[in-house]
Amino acid sequence: MNIIKQTYSMYIDGFRNMTIGKTLWKIVFIKLLIILVFLNFFVHDKTFKTEYQTFEEKSEFVSENLIRK
Amino acid sequence: MEEALINWSRAQFALTAIYHFLFVPLTLGLGFIVAIMESIYVKTGNLMWKKITKFWMTLFAINFAIGVATGIIMEFEFGTNWANYSWFVGDIFGAPLAIEGILAFFMESTFFAVMFFGWDKVSKGFHLLSTWLVAIGSNLSALWILVANGWMQYPVGMVFNPDTARNEMNNFWDVILSPVAISKFLHTIGSGYVISALFVIGISAWLILKGKDMYMAKKSMIIGATFGLITSLFLILSGDESAHQVALTQPVKLAAMEGMYDGKREAGIVALGILNTNKTLYNSEPTYLFELEIPYALSLLGYHDTNAYVAGLNDLVWGNEEMGIMSAKEKINKGKIALNAFREYKDAIALKDFEKAKISKATLEENMPYFGYGYLKKPEDIVPPIGLTFYSFHIMVALGSWFVLLFAIVLFLSTKKDITKYPIILKSALWSIPLGYIAAEAGWIVAEVGRQPWAIQDLMPVGIAVTNISSTNVMITFWMFAILFTTLLIAEIKIMTKQISFGFNGGH
Repeated sequence: MNIIKQTYSMYIDGFRNMTIGKTLWKIVFIKLLIILVFLNFFVHDKTFKTEYQTFEEKSEFVSENLIRK
Repeated sequence: MEEALINWSRAQFALTAIYHFLFVPLTLGLGFIVAIMESIYVKTGNLMWKKITKFWMTLFAINFAIGVATGIIMEFEFGTNWANYSWFVGDIFGAPLAIEGILAFFMESTFFAVMFFGWDKVSKGFHLLSTWLVAIGSNLSALWILVANGWMQYPVGMVFNPDTARNEMNNFWDVILSPVAISKFLHTIGSGYVISALFVIGISAWLILKGKDMYMAKKSMIIGATFGLITSLFLILSGDESAHQVALTQPVKLAAMEGMYDGKREAGIVALGILNTNKTLYNSEPTYLFELEIPYALSLLGYHDTNAYVAGLNDLVWGNEEMGIMSAKEKINKGKIALNAFREYKDAIALKDFEKAKISKATLEENMPYFGYGYLKKPEDIVPPIGLTFYSFHIMVALGSWFVLLFAIVLFLSTKKDITKYPIILKSALWSIPLGYIAAEAGWIVAEVGRQPWAIQDLMPVGIAVTNISSTNVMITFWMFAILFTTLLIAEIKIMTKQISFGFNGGH
């Protein structure tokens, strides 16, 4: 129990006393928002996985591409 | 496939990979330098070393925070731009990347918190252990990524399944212990260590030039120069092994690295030279306009034998029966047989003609090592861009040699003399920081441009790996990524320089 408390207090104090860390966390969140939300849903919305659902469909699509090219 | 689409897809992947690798090297090496500094603090109990450790640890955190997740974009690109490739590589690429994500990343991020929040909260020993584990964790991440890259350069430990059009791993150990992957891993982390050491001596030099925290800057410089001298020598050794592996597995790349058209024994390395742009495979123009050659060096580097025959581009394109080198034309023929067998196998399976399918599968397996050649139109297609490969290789080697010299001078002056009296050396150290990045990126250009036209060596050319999507979309996303990464780079430089200007006594 003591170790859980100590770990909890380490994180809480750590986040509270951050200086440059606050700016860095903001950058990390903005970046993740851009990469995981914006790019994922609006730029990389149509991927191989979303266009071809089953293993057979994917395999067939690539086989056709490999044979026809 | 549309040429513009292939070119934009390549440009986009190159852009993201090059930018991603601007953030990676400092994480690889600075973690260990910080761990060494903290070890001195724990051993001596001297609070000055705690300050030094915290200063460099903060710079490590800035680089880590800005660089983290930039590699995810490349994984997205596999799904959108490189679907054929992603499917074809199968679980071989997936397994190392999954291990990287689960094992190394979690190890790194768990102990990262202790490293930054744990000062005076956990014991000195546990804190030090966490710092070392973060450094080891980031290097383990690199291992799995480079195993995947090594497989693309030298595909081993797998078998192609024509039913699924996927490569299936049949020997995990062949994949992770591939000599190409191991040498690539060692050489890449070595370059990260050298860049980090250059960063430490360069920033320390700047602080000394500014007359700020001079004593702690000098102490940092000794650690940086020692670490740099050892790792730059290691970089030369791992580079030697890397070149040996290139000679054995990618001879076309080796020939392009030296701009070598005609093969020979006792081949030398051009230490300094300018390529003749009029030289082609079809004429007898001189290869160089100017050259300064180190005799025997290429035979020695490539095959560890001064008398070894090093194949030139003409040998590899047109073949050399005397030396037992198969022509690209013959390989293309075998590749076409493999492709045709694959097509016949699929047709036979569809018609439930299992006897014919068995024969086709046997033909495919026999010719599978040349599968990718079946897509090439002419033998000359196996030749990568020679100028870019040649100059990138020579820039990398020249800069690598300069770094060894620089570390030796800085170490000597900072331990035996008063380095503050040598501003020219301090300025050289400062200006060598960007040179470290140029050398590392040049190394990647040699590795990746030098193996063109292949996405997977001998099995899949880049033009086949790409997904058939609109080239305009790829072009738009190229510029979006360029803006995103440039913004991140500017943010990193601004935050970093501000933090550095506070010196060792500033807030962390």
